[in-house]
Amino acid sequence: MGMTMTQKILAAHAGLDSVQAGQLILANLDLVLGNDITSPVAIKEFAKLNKPEVFDKDKVTMVMDHFAPNKDIKAAEQCRMCRNFCSEHNVTHFYDVGKMGIEHALLPEKGLVSAGFCVIGADSHTCTYGALGAFSTGVGSTDMACGMAVGKAWFKVPSAIKFNLTGKLPRYVSGKDVILHIIGMIGVDGALYRSMEFTGEGLSSLSMADRLCIANMAIEAGAKNGIFEVDDITLDYIKEHGGAEPVIYKADDDAEYDEVINIDLSAIEPTVAFPHLPENARTFGQIGNIKIDQVVIGSCTNGRLEDLQAAAEIMKGRKCAENVRVIVIPATQQIYLDAMEQGLLKIFIESGAVVSTPTCGPCLGGYMGILAAGERAVTTTNRNFVGRMGHVESEVYLASPAVAAASALTGKITSPLEVME
Amino acid sequence: MKYTGNAIKYGDNVDTDVIIPARYLNTSDHAELASHCMEDIDKTFVNRVKAGDIMAAGQNFGCGSSREHAPIAIKASGISLVIAKSFARIFYRNAINIGLAIVECPEAAEGISEGDIVEADLDNGIIRNITTGMEYRTAPFPEFIQKIIANGGLMDSIAKGIIE
Repeated sequence: MGMTMTQKILAAHAGLDSVQAGQLILANLDLVLGNDITSPVAIKEFAKLNKPEVFDKDKVTMVMDHFAPNKDIKAAEQCRMCRNFCSEHNVTHFYDVGKMGIEHALLPEKGLVSAGFCVIGADSHTCTYGALGAFSTGVGSTDMACGMAVGKAWFKVPSAIKFNLTGKLPRYVSGKDVILHIIGMIGVDGALYRSMEFTGEGLSSLSMADRLCIANMAIEAGAKNGIFEVDDITLDYIKEHGGAEPVIYKADDDAEYDEVINIDLSAIEPTVAFPHLPENARTFGQIGNIKIDQVVIGSCTNGRLEDLQAAAEIMKGRKCAENVRVIVIPATQQIYLDAMEQGLLKIFIESGAVVSTPTCGPCLGGYMGILAAGERAVTTTNRNFVGRMGHVESEVYLASPAVAAASALTGKITSPLEVME
Repeated sequence: MKYTGNAIKYGDNVDTDVIIPARYLNTSDHAELASHCMEDIDKTFVNRVKAGDIMAAGQNFGCGSSREHAPIAIKASGISLVIAKSFARIFYRNAINIGLAIVECPEAAEGISEGDIVEADLDNGIIRNITTGMEYRTAPFPEFIQKIIANGGLMDSIAKGIIE
């Protein structure tokens, strides 16, 4: 029986000719990631070993992004603990304020992930790197500690759902709408324990930003990983960012899938996930008049340059609605710089938005845009759970940068088509 | 391992943001995390949970963030075992890795109500609801996972050379 793309990468990293769904394996890791929230717990676990050393100082990375720049004294202590650890162990890829960005935007940009890699990260959105044709999955801090020490992780080999993409996305529709549509269709546990593999002729019309966004939210369907077949767009991206030589794995023709789902990209509409689950996806015929208090454009899901460009195109020369707080967060220093040079930041500021340094901040209700009781936000982030962005009685509506920008202008959840056409 | 306790019951899709809100992730202190456990969906939990209590829940328990603070908070609050219809995968491995007992058993999760006395014998895969008299069967963990649990979690397994 043939293997899926994910199974092939896992077999290669476990030193096996083949694996099958359900098999437990011990896989070699190409990269182990942690952030300022999860690494301190991992560092404490790591210290339980006798005189531990990191398995490879070039294959461990820590990114200070969740509560950095330090939001309070406790956050400062946590960042210091990570800083000291990386200094002590000569960790090459330590990203502190000034160099850091939101981890899942930063690592591909820095060329730290390439096609065929096997990556774990103590952050659930580590599945983002599947966009590069890597097996990449979120784990906890103890797995991270184990990975740092021995360069391995245990996995149960997943089965997969195949998404066969056709067509081309309409104007003002992006990867975010695709993944919200898919989660709406299969539910928040629709891919539980499984891979989501994306293939088909429709891939050629999806930018890396779209693919990174789609893979990023695979976890919101419960998936172990989301992964894209490698094509020229992937290879060009990896080359441009100085990534390691790609190793291309392709699913066997006779690979067995639990399910094959066809997605016609040309039929996807601007989509919004209502509180309090990402599966509560609605299109504009089902939305109605929903007033908002805040807009956030950013995060590991949608803080890339293409996302800021999409928002700026809509906000250019227009003003944000009265009583709506609009927060734009470029995901990395490079994106910030590019957005500045392209005049995007000027567009945002002139429209009445604020532009922040890279941070995960508001996405997880950390800081930089917390909601009060009864407040509503349209955000380009990835979760809308109870209390996710602040008070338990606040509400988060997940959407694309284009929908978020259009909503910022009107003060209610608005389709970009309504503003632009 | 055997567990006996009062059941505390929740529904489907209990996410890690409600198990331990991100605003408390500026610490990794177990007792402090436990003091805020479940507070965004159940403010009464921390005051009524007793050592040994058993948590029962619906589908996709622990979905969302990879924060290990979530199983840590539950374990430190005194919960001895979580029974759910299904678990989100990162929560599942985190619980095993830190030594919080969990078991997937849709029938038991469905048949247990708030306040029931529940007894679980995971070695033999038996869950008994003493209050209702119902008995449920579960599949044992795979051998590899049993080894990790028997050796006190993942890091202890590495320290003992179980994983090289």
